[in-house]
Amino acid sequence: MTIVRDSEKLVERVLGLLALSGVGILAAITFFIFREGLPLIASAGLSNFLSTDWHPVAGRYGIALMIVGSVAVTAGALALGVPLGLACAVVLAEMAPARARRVLKPAVELLAGIPSVVYGFMGIVVVVPWIRRHLGGPGASGLAAAAILGVMILPTIVAVSLDALQAVPRSFREGSLALGATEWQTIRRVVLPGARSGIVAAVILAMGRAVGETMAVVMVAGNAVQLPRSPLDPVRTLTANLALEMGYASGDHRAALFATGIVLFLIIVALNALAGLARRRREGRAS
Amino acid sequence: MTPRRSLLSPRRAQTVARVVLWTLTLTALAILGFILAFVLGHGLPRVGLAFLLEAPVDGGRAGGVATIVVGTLEVTALGLVTATPLGLGTAVYLVEYTREGRFTRLIRFGADCLAGVPSIIFGLFGFVLFVLTLGFGWSILAGGLTLAFMMLPTIIRTSEEALRAVPAGYRDVALSLGASKWQSIRKVVLPAALPGVVTGLVLSLGRAIGETAAVIFTAGSSLPRRIPRTVFEGTRTLSVHFYQLAREGISADNAYATAAVLVLAISLINVTAYAAMNRFIRRFA
Repeated sequence: MTIVRDSEKLVERVLGLLALSGVGILAAITFFIFREGLPLIASAGLSNFLSTDWHPVAGRYGIALMIVGSVAVTAGALALGVPLGLACAVVLAEMAPARARRVLKPAVELLAGIPSVVYGFMGIVVVVPWIRRHLGGPGASGLAAAAILGVMILPTIVAVSLDALQAVPRSFREGSLALGATEWQTIRRVVLPGARSGIVAAVILAMGRAVGETMAVVMVAGNAVQLPRSPLDPVRTLTANLALEMGYASGDHRAALFATGIVLFLIIVALNALAGLARRRREGRAS
Repeated sequence: MTPRRSLLSPRRAQTVARVVLWTLTLTALAILGFILAFVLGHGLPRVGLAFLLEAPVDGGRAGGVATIVVGTLEVTALGLVTATPLGLGTAVYLVEYTREGRFTRLIRFGADCLAGVPSIIFGLFGFVLFVLTLGFGWSILAGGLTLAFMMLPTIIRTSEEALRAVPAGYRDVALSLGASKWQSIRKVVLPAALPGVVTGLVLSLGRAIGETAAVIFTAGSSLPRRIPRTVFEGTRTLSVHFYQLAREGISADNAYATAAVLVLAISLINVTAYAAMNRFIRRFA
């Protein structure tokens, strides 16, 4: 009997340890990225590191232009992806007949499964030439990256905001319709406000996806380190900077790339924390 | 709250909203359809048995993808074998051994954050830890372990859902027959949850196969000259190979063909996984 009880205790301990693996890995990632990158920020100085001067050969490591690139591309992606994704979610939750829903939902999930290199490739062979021909400029541009990213973040927006819409109690809709409101009035005045914090979480998570996406952006953004004056100019994002130069960098240059990684990591953690906060607010209100 | 006067009558607004929302939704679907049709339409005619069974020649300009497919399977299999015990163990602990509290919040926080970490950060991390610090070099081992960390959040989440779907009655009966807690989990709960757990594993496998940024810095990007025999050899995975073909403009033909293989494989994996998941959910519904 005691053998069984001892082994039961052992199993529980082991499972408890396994359960900490996620947090452990997160801690390890933080530790290693900071260990590699932080010394450079300290030695170069924060104002240097946040300047617009990126010349690794000359030992100047300012990443401001890459931050601008990431922000611009992400904003463009949201401008495209949020309306499309939110419309999908509303149609799926409120308008589509059950049979259409059974086709639409897996289709959106399929979109999530397509690898980012394939999106990048679509950018190279379809979007970039189209922009070059019809809008001018080199084609490989912030606009191309934003277009590709806008499609890539669709599944995140649809899935998370669909959850939020479906969590709005049925009785809310029934009450509104019973008062004589139309379907659209009900959606706009009752359902969407009720799902607001969940939709906010969806947008923030999508923002994280867009900021962190690498390969698709590298393939279509043009990657020139410069201040973009129009959406048709090439840009370089934080992630692209890592992917492009990591292969051959060494010494301080490599440390600077890890420092870029620190900035990226902090942005992502902040966005995730915000999304978590928005979601918890929703749960708090529902209960 | 006084309703704002709008230009459209409520009925008109209803019609306009319907048309706009459906148009946007169908646009999103059309984009998906276009991507699949474009990639498969251009790529599939270029995929033959020879393409799948031949090694790449001349940096991918000619030949097929055989050695790369094997390398990809080795890296992702290693990732899956490593991530499964960690993820499943976490899920069992969350569902069977704890109540919601500070500890579970910590565990969930870890999994959620990990799910949001971009793959390029995993790549940097795997590069420093496995390739440099532990001295594995660019290898299947380093790539597989890095992928395992990326797969972990998906496996935790899907396994947890599968375990929670098993009715409480199963556990009660097992315990009332004198089984210990672990016996009831191992002999009753886990077998019942198995289809759901496997679905999660398959889904994360699909994601791992499509991953590029994390493996390019850990498994390396040089073409394997032969089928890798030990985990300490480097390899190029299918997605990395496709990236090189497309970006360097090495061969449009082979790029299309590789894209088709990649998209077809991942779509099949995902469709199978979702079908299995639906069957599993219906069983307990």
